Amino acid sequence: MAFKPRIGVFICHCGENIAGTVDVSNLAEEIIGYDNVSFSTDYEYMCSDPGQNKIKEAIEEENLTGVVVAACSPSMHEDTFRRVVEEADLNRYQCEIANIREQCSWVHGEGNDRPTEKALKIIKGTVEKVKRNVSMEPVEREHSDKCLVIGGGIAGIQAALDVAEAGNEVILVEKSPTIGGHMAQLSETFPTLDCSQCILTPKMVEVNQHPNIELMAYSEVRGISGYVGNYRARIERKPTYVDADACNLCGDCEEVCPVEVTDEFNQGLDTRKAINIPFSQAIPSSYTLDTEACLGLNPLRCSECAEACDADAINFDQTSEYVEEEFGAIIAATGYDLYPKEKMGEYGYGEYDDVIDGLQFERLLSATGPTGGEVRRPSDGKVPENVVFIQCSGSRDPENHNSYCSKICCMYTAKHAKLYRETVPDGNAYVFYIDIRAGGKDYEEFIQNVREEDRVLYLKGKVSKLKKADGKMKVWGLDEISGERVEIDADLVVLAQSIIPSEGAEETSEHLNLNLGANGFFKEAHPKLRPVESLTGGVFYAGTGQGPKDIPDSVSQGSGAAAKAIDLLAKPTLSHDPQVVEIDEDLCSGCGLCVGQCPYDALDINSKGVAEVNELLCEGCGTCASGCPTNALSLRNLTDEQLTEMIHAHIGD
Amino acid sequence: MEFEPKLIGFLCKWCSSAGADLAGVSRKSYPPNLVPITVNCSGRIDVSQIVKAFKDGADGVLVSGCHPGDCHYTSGNYKTWRRVALLKHVLDDFGLDPDRVRLEWISATEGEKFAQTVEDFTAEIKELGPGPFRDVKK
Repeated sequence: MAFKPRIGVFICHCGENIAGTVDVSNLAEEIIGYDNVSFSTDYEYMCSDPGQNKIKEAIEEENLTGVVVAACSPSMHEDTFRRVVEEADLNRYQCEIANIREQCSWVHGEGNDRPTEKALKIIKGTVEKVKRNVSMEPVEREHSDKCLVIGGGIAGIQAALDVAEAGNEVILVEKSPTIGGHMAQLSETFPTLDCSQCILTPKMVEVNQHPNIELMAYSEVRGISGYVGNYRARIERKPTYVDADACNLCGDCEEVCPVEVTDEFNQGLDTRKAINIPFSQAIPSSYTLDTEACLGLNPLRCSECAEACDADAINFDQTSEYVEEEFGAIIAATGYDLYPKEKMGEYGYGEYDDVIDGLQFERLLSATGPTGGEVRRPSDGKVPENVVFIQCSGSRDPENHNSYCSKICCMYTAKHAKLYRETVPDGNAYVFYIDIRAGGKDYEEFIQNVREEDRVLYLKGKVSKLKKADGKMKVWGLDEISGERVEIDADLVVLAQSIIPSEGAEETSEHLNLNLGANGFFKEAHPKLRPVESLTGGVFYAGTGQGPKDIPDSVSQGSGAAAKAIDLLAKPTLSHDPQVVEIDEDLCSGCGLCVGQCPYDALDINSKGVAEVNELLCEGCGTCASGCPTNALSLRNLTDEQLTEMIHAHIGD
Repeated sequence: MEFEPKLIGFLCKWCSSAGADLAGVSRKSYPPNLVPITVNCSGRIDVSQIVKAFKDGADGVLVSGCHPGDCHYTSGNYKTWRRVALLKHVLDDFGLDPDRVRLEWISATEGEKFAQTVEDFTAEIKELGPGPFRDVKK
């Protein structure tokens, strides 16, 4: 006797989300007469425990061979319902989701039959698919248990330490000569005012000393191939021209170096030599020769540093080394940059010396900064008596700049104003703001305290223009509360520039085919339920590359990403999705067209002269199946026959 | 009664179907004429399936994938791009207006674009009128 499928259809009300627009009980009645549907029911919340039990009971009592759950998007609960059918001894691939919420009830108005008609078509199509599904078992495979962390800011540091503590080997790749990221530049941290370096540098040292972490600073990921569990990354270790083990940090090389260039660590407020260490607590703790600034290595034009080095640590013959390593999991912690103040036409296009950004002000406040912690303005070194802080500079301004809120600026501006008032007790601090967003633990109290105790004047409104006159910056703005125009003669203006993703986000997304959101930040697998995962298996996000965050949130996400990576690496084997391409050798002519179409090199023509698929490499896109001129290739559970019947069901009569 | 086109939408799972989901989450309403079929990759769309949809009585077919460069499977959308371009060349010979097939790139963040695309496509096919095989007995 031929196999006769018995399909059960389970229609979810999703409260009123579906039932408010779609006539769910009518659907359950209509579908029961459809080919091979032997059971149907509707229920308020199919994903709830009683809903799940209904499915399990029906599978057993009605002897169902396949299940259609008409509910929300498969991205929400496909896995939930597949686990449910497995508990009732049905293969997980005998369950399919008919998306009648996101792609039907939520987008079509109530009060007519058309959403119900469309939902019925979607369900019929899904029935046609599931009744032709084959049962499949995942393919088990070995994997690497190493983790790659890209980016050595606080999020990457936390992630690397957590993964390493769990016993897995980690390679931490950092572009710049030191780890620490932007946090190393900060003076003190809100709301507790701990000194940033004091809480950060011990962690940096821990990274350097951890037996499971290999730190590759001044290095860049140049390419990544492979897939979850078996990524292969090519990393360039750029030459520092200084042997870090031999360097004793005496600083003689720096002293004799004749070249001075802009100091990035001090945000351009100071200069550094061509051979330099970003800051004295940098890790790796060694000097780096910046060849772009150096007078020249080939031919050698100066070599004073090498001559001054008693430790013989300088080696001009160093070249880039390329390392290739296998990784099971990857954590992208590429961090942020500030939206350039050169783009702020209303605030002088970055052309005024005394209009600085938040990170520059951090350097002015920092005890290790260019002014030793005294607030002195860049143009003439004077202590500013009137400082204007402008919040939302480049943020929340969809017409001219970025539409999003950068999340940390309200807090750090309050901190800046407070620290300024403490350093310059006679000074006046003004803060222009749109709203105060202080939604963190003890944050609101901190801002209230700054407003009341530190006598910082908060003005609700935007600054319309800045102009330089008589050594002062004229700041014109509006105080929305009094309704009056405000004009302030400022000695220094600090812009709370918007946070933007660093270049590393785009580079990493290109290496790994990651999705970026509209603003260039990494797009997570689910905005609420899977905030540290990407849609690419085994790739996780930590820190501000995924969106603006403060330090505690970055650290939390670093630990979250680490937990996900540890969970993956701890599995003895990984299972590969069995939805791959199959080959009918009788139909294959051996033309080899499919081989060139496969982006994963999963296909080959074998010794028998027909196509052969490597199931571990095949990702199941099905591009080859559509390109095969003899229909010899088919994608399991999305065959031509299934598509044809789905189309037929959708068009209706 | 006003002509209501029957439309099939082939959406790739990673970008366009997620974009359609986002249209739902953001409650961007659009006409219910298009019935979606989610496939792993737009590269899975065999042009013969598009022709079959018309043969079954569809009035229009939308194929939507990830933006060029963003394909989850690296390059499936490039194959679709070429295949649909070729198909459009021969549709005339089948007595089908090439405008009845539309290829779009809609990302997971473009819910609004998805809703707008379906709305525009529905209006456009309404203007073109019923497909030539709508009433052919199968």
